[in-house]
Parts: sequence; structure tokens; C-alpha cells
Amino acid sequence: MAASEQEILEGLAEIVNEETGLDQGDVQLDKSFTEDLDIDSLSMMTIVVNAEEKFGVRIPDEEVKNLKTVGDAVSFIQKSQG
Amino acid sequence: MSSARRVVITGLGATTPLGGSFADTWDGLLAGRSGMRTMDFPWVEEFEMPAKFAALLHTSPEEVLSKVECRRMDPSTQYAMVAAKDAWADAGAPDVDPIRFGVAIGTGMGGLHTLLGQWDILREKGVRRVFPLAVPMLMPNSPSGTVSLNFGARAGAHTTVSACASGAESMGTAYEMIRAGRADIAIAGGTEAAIHPICFAGFCQMQALSTRNDDPTHASRPYDTGRDGFVMGEGAGVLVLESEEHAKARGARIYAEFAGIGMSADAHHITAPEPEGAGASRAMVEAVERAGLTPADIIHVNAHATSTPVGDVAEANAIRRAFGDAADGMAVSGTKSMTGHLLGAAGALEGVITAKSIAERIAPPTINIVDFDPAISLDVVRDTPRDLPAGDIAALNNSFGFGGHNVALVIKSY
Repeated sequence: MAASEQEILEGLAEIVNEETGLDQGDVQLDKSFTEDLDIDSLSMMTIVVNAEEKFGVRIPDEEVKNLKTVGDAVSFIQKSQG
Repeated sequence: MSSARRVVITGLGATTPLGGSFADTWDGLLAGRSGMRTMDFPWVEEFEMPAKFAALLHTSPEEVLSKVECRRMDPSTQYAMVAAKDAWADAGAPDVDPIRFGVAIGTGMGGLHTLLGQWDILREKGVRRVFPLAVPMLMPNSPSGTVSLNFGARAGAHTTVSACASGAESMGTAYEMIRAGRADIAIAGGTEAAIHPICFAGFCQMQALSTRNDDPTHASRPYDTGRDGFVMGEGAGVLVLESEEHAKARGARIYAEFAGIGMSADAHHITAPEPEGAGASRAMVEAVERAGLTPADIIHVNAHATSTPVGDVAEANAIRRAFGDAADGMAVSGTKSMTGHLLGAAGALEGVITAKSIAERIAPPTINIVDFDPAISLDVVRDTPRDLPAGDIAALNNSFGFGGHNVALVIKSY
């Protein structure tokens, strides 16, 4: 069964916390990965791969650059789950 | 800039099988404690390893570093960071000019756990699961680069790789950096995290490791007739080295003077020591000469003494060849009897131990000698520590590495 927006956000926050040490509460839909959360491209790659595994989706490399905010990532994952 | 600046030691740091800091390690050494433990890794039984114990790190780096830092560093880099933080705090964590601040940290094996762990992941899960930081984590200069980054040291970050002489050579590199005027202060040492089944299996196949599986704490026994190989260890040792004027200007506590280094290569065999000890003795003589001392000034030797049947005798012969009758006046300690053999970190850890030995005027013991090998004609400090004399004293620290690398350091009282 597909995860809800809230479930995806929480799952993503866990992944971001594990990779960067940021508080899960800081990972909010309107936050920019680079501007607000200071996540570099290498960390982003790890987050993407972990999210793929957690949510059973595929996030193509060319799509990663479009995921500017946490909300972009949550929507993409939600859509991909179908 | 004078090319003959004096270099002093102002910080001591380590993480070892005896303790998570150099202070705890030193306590363990004076107490004659063994850091050896039976390994409970599944691979020991899975691969039927002939040797089933090692000198495993006493304290997890996670006690000092964050979970995220640990995820992004190979264990070899984690150990270097822990030892560097220990040494830097011991030096008073001074504010220094970043462009006059250097790093030299050696390793024998590099990021072995990352290299092989990521190779397993590639084969099992495919390219997308390989960690994006795999390359910067596995490269052998990751410890020096990471320490440079975290401490803001910008005079240069160097990595020496000479097997079990790597750590000592890095201290020599930092010493030369300061003497040549390239830096005023440096973090220098060695690190190793090589207790991985492939490395273990390789040493087992060389018959280099002790297989005293029923009695690990008595397995590392340099100079005893019953010695049957070394015990693999892991950890890191780090010194803060500083020009004398820089240390004095900031009112630093000075443990000792880093007085000289001698280096040579055997060009004899990739692993076996040259039996006459010509290369090793040349390194020792050069170190003493470059320190402006004579053999009679050396009253203590922290020997390489790994507890292998051939190596211990070869080194003893080399010491005798280098110093003749003056060797009678040298109290020799084999601290690997307690710490195990930290490979690329061994010479660094022993450099730290030697600095402390000179500062405290006490030679740590060599434990586990039950039947002293008559082939060894040295005055070995056995069982309990021995006081070193008052006045001007100096000590030698030997390290030898596969490849025929010989490195001798001289540290003298200040």
C-alpha cells in the first residue's frame, strides 16, 4: 500500500537525519535541500538511494536535480508509488 | 628562516587496545596490561582462521565522534581523528595560524574496510548502493586529509606509506616540515584499522601471527624463546610537534625534544629483515648523529620487537652493530608485548610512548618473557617499569616495515 504524504515526509526525515545528523523536525516540506538543509550533492545521492529502497521507487539521476525542496521529493515519491 | 630550528613535542594522543586515550594507554603500559582479546567476529570461525585473537581497539570511536562523522569516515580515519583530538587537547588546543599548521599521518593499509566492504555491496546490490563517499573514504590519505580539514591545518597534509614504519616516518615528515620552516606546528602520527579477514588471512598464510589461541594475553612475547609471531592490533598514535620558539611563545608544556630521524632501505627482501641488520643499524646511527648525540647518550630504546622469531633477533643484532658496547647502557622496552602490533600506527604510537618515557623518566616494561632468548644480547626491561636516570637523556624508537623500510627516531629530554 502506498505511503501517505505524512508517512513519506517522516521516512525522508529519518533518512536525512541518519545521513546528516539534522533534527528530523527540521526536515519540512518547504525546506530546500541545499539552501536550508546544507546538503551537498554526495549526501543527496545517498539520501536518494536510501529513499528508493525505503519506499520501493526509482528516482532517476536526471530527476534528482529537480528535487529542490523536501516537498518536491515527497511529491515525486508519492507519484512514483502510483 | 633558519634551517636548523629545534622541534619539540607538546601534545600526546592515542587510541589503542589499552585505552581510548594516550593517558589510559600509558596507565596500561605501566601496569603491564595486555590488550589482546579473542575475536568474536563470525569470520574467524567461517574461514577457520589459524589465529583467533587480536589487539582490538579498547574504546569505540563513537565515544568521541558523532554517528554521522563515523558513517563518513573509514575506521582508519576515525582512529586518526580520535588520537588527533586527544593530542591537540593535550597541547592546550592553541589558536594557531592555519597556514603555519601542518599534518602528517601515515597508514600501512589505508581504508581497507571501506574498499572491501563497498566491493561486497557492489557485487551484492549493484552500483546504486555504493556509497558516494567510497573513494574519499578508502584512499590512504583520507586520515591526513580529514584531520587537516577538521583542524583547519593548511600548511600541507602528508601521508607516508611504508608498512609498519609508516607512523614513524610521518613523524619524521612533520619534523622536517617544521625544521625546514614550512610550518610552526603539526599534528603527526599513524593510524591503522586492518583487522579485516583478508588482511588477517594474508598474515596467517605468511605464518607471521601468533597462534597461541588458548592464551591470547601471553601471545605477544618479544625476546622470549616461546614467541611464535606477532599479534595484530589496531588504533592510532599522534604527537603535536612544534618549533621551539612557537611553543615557548605560547607558554606550552614541552614534554621532550624531537631530536632526529634516520631512514634507510634494506633492498634485501620484500618481507624478511636483512639478517646482519646493516640497513636498520644505518638508520639508527644516522638518527643519533643527526640529533647531534653519541651512542652513549641513548639510555633507552623502544624497540620494534614484534615477537617474531626472526625479527626480534635481527633488530637486536642491528642495535649491537650500530652501537657496539654502548648498547649495554640502553634499557630496551618491547611495548608490543602489551599493545600488539598496530602496523602502520605502531611506530607512531611508540613515538608517543617514547616521548612520555623521556618526559616521565620511566621505561615501560616488556611483559611475557618467561624464558629469555639467549640470542638477544640487550638489557631488556622486563615485567615492571624501570626508572631512567636524571640529567640529559635521550631515547631511540625503531620501526621497520615490509618493503625493507627502516626508520629510527631520537627523542631527548628538554
